[in-house]
Amino acid sequence: MFVLDTLIQGILLGGLYALFATGLSLIFGVMRLVNLAHGDFMIVGAFAVLVLVEALGLPIVFAAALAGIAMFILGYALQRLLLNRALGKDILPPLLVTFGLSIILQNGMLETFSADTRRLSFGPLSEASIPLGGGLAAGVVPVLTFASAVLVILFLNWLFYRTETGRAFRATSDNPEIAQLMGIDNNRIFSLAMALALVVVAIAGLYLGTRATFDPLIGPSRLIFAFEAVIIGGLGSFWGTLIGGIILGLAQTAGAQVSPEWQTLSGHVVFLIVLVLRPRGLFPRSVD
Amino acid sequence: MTLLATHDLTAFYGDFQALYGVNAHVDEGETVAIVGANGAGKSTLLAAITGRRKAPPQMIEFDGRPIGGMRPAEIMALGIALVPEGRQLFQSLSVEENLLVGNYGRKVRGPWTLERVYSLFPILKERRSQDSNSLSGGQQQMVALGRALMSNPRLLLCDEISLGLAPAVIKDIYKAIADIRAEGASVVIVEQNITQALAVSDRILCLLEGRVTLSGRPGELTRDQIGMAYFGG
Repeated sequence: MFVLDTLIQGILLGGLYALFATGLSLIFGVMRLVNLAHGDFMIVGAFAVLVLVEALGLPIVFAAALAGIAMFILGYALQRLLLNRALGKDILPPLLVTFGLSIILQNGMLETFSADTRRLSFGPLSEASIPLGGGLAAGVVPVLTFASAVLVILFLNWLFYRTETGRAFRATSDNPEIAQLMGIDNNRIFSLAMALALVVVAIAGLYLGTRATFDPLIGPSRLIFAFEAVIIGGLGSFWGTLIGGIILGLAQTAGAQVSPEWQTLSGHVVFLIVLVLRPRGLFPRSVD
Repeated sequence: MTLLATHDLTAFYGDFQALYGVNAHVDEGETVAIVGANGAGKSTLLAAITGRRKAPPQMIEFDGRPIGGMRPAEIMALGIALVPEGRQLFQSLSVEENLLVGNYGRKVRGPWTLERVYSLFPILKERRSQDSNSLSGGQQQMVALGRALMSNPRLLLCDEISLGLAPAVIKDIYKAIADIRAEGASVVIVEQNITQALAVSDRILCLLEGRVTLSGRPGELTRDQIGMAYFGG
């Protein structure tokens, strides 16, 4: 029973990490950009929801939807106006630019929102749980988080493998120069990918803020979890990212059962073990 | 009616000059072979026409409008499609997806549809859902040709399409070129293989060290003339 409970909580936590990781994986997959500000954008998303809830009194679901739209626009503009200029054969400039962005975002939020820890709430749903029998229960919010991760991945898979835009994403990922000869505008495709990634980031921010407290400076530590989930899963598929998130979630939950300080550490240890045994992750890309 | 023309086209790689004022043209419905040794400037010429190398606007005209320096996607939308050297298929896309991506930026009615490409290369229909890198070299070349045809180009540029293929396969590919010509597109064939180029083209253009050294109809040129223009001397 105890083991089963750990399994359930770990898998549900994995849904949150998959949400953290999916945007990162999408961006890296399409344009080979490692976005070091990814974690900070999740915090931006969480604050965006918070402001809409507190200042406008919107229900949290509407606030999240609005934040998602705002993040879509932000992502498109960010890529179009800044990151596309940094992308090129050299991988260093985009790393430096996103590293700088990370610092700007953290300090900007610190100035605006102070260093106080904040929290988002689903109201009465926050405390609700679904009884699973035998004394086991799953929280409604973690279940929602996991379901959202699955829905996001289903949507992205449909987009990538069933639509013309998705073909353009994959063609650009394979060979950007030749993709342009097919009439695919790289700048537009990259901007669209970043816009989509930031919508996922906004969703991740919503659940990050409802699961635990957040403050302007915790982005980078959440980025580590996102990286670990992506690398454990491999870059072959979004489902791989979900599996990566679940493995990380399980490792952390199991570690926490041993001792609270083991929670984060056991996640890192499992990550390192996977890195040693399967350097390209569990579901690697078939071509690189 | 001139479809494509270059006017004193020059190109540089740093201090190295790759093209020294190339004047070339392709008429509507015409097939032109561009031959020349390695480093003669053939690929640079194609790169400038397709927009992968920047050129001053007036140096390249397509259908009467300057296209030099336009972005590759814009040029493709006007109706210039390239079969790139070395095929360059999208490796994580299936055969059919590679074909479908070919008309991303240009959707016009024309003779070339997925079905028509499959009737030109029936083997591709059998392999439609396979990864493109599981195909033989010849089949990959068929996909690359089909992908370019999907946009119903007015001008089809073929860069070294016989390179690395067995003679029997080269024959198949060139038979397809004849079918493609019959549908009305203008075709430019860049080749090191002179015999092949002579057989299929209305006109031949020889490049040597970035200059046009010879131009004429295949029947009117002797092998010695071509050899001289090809190798210099």
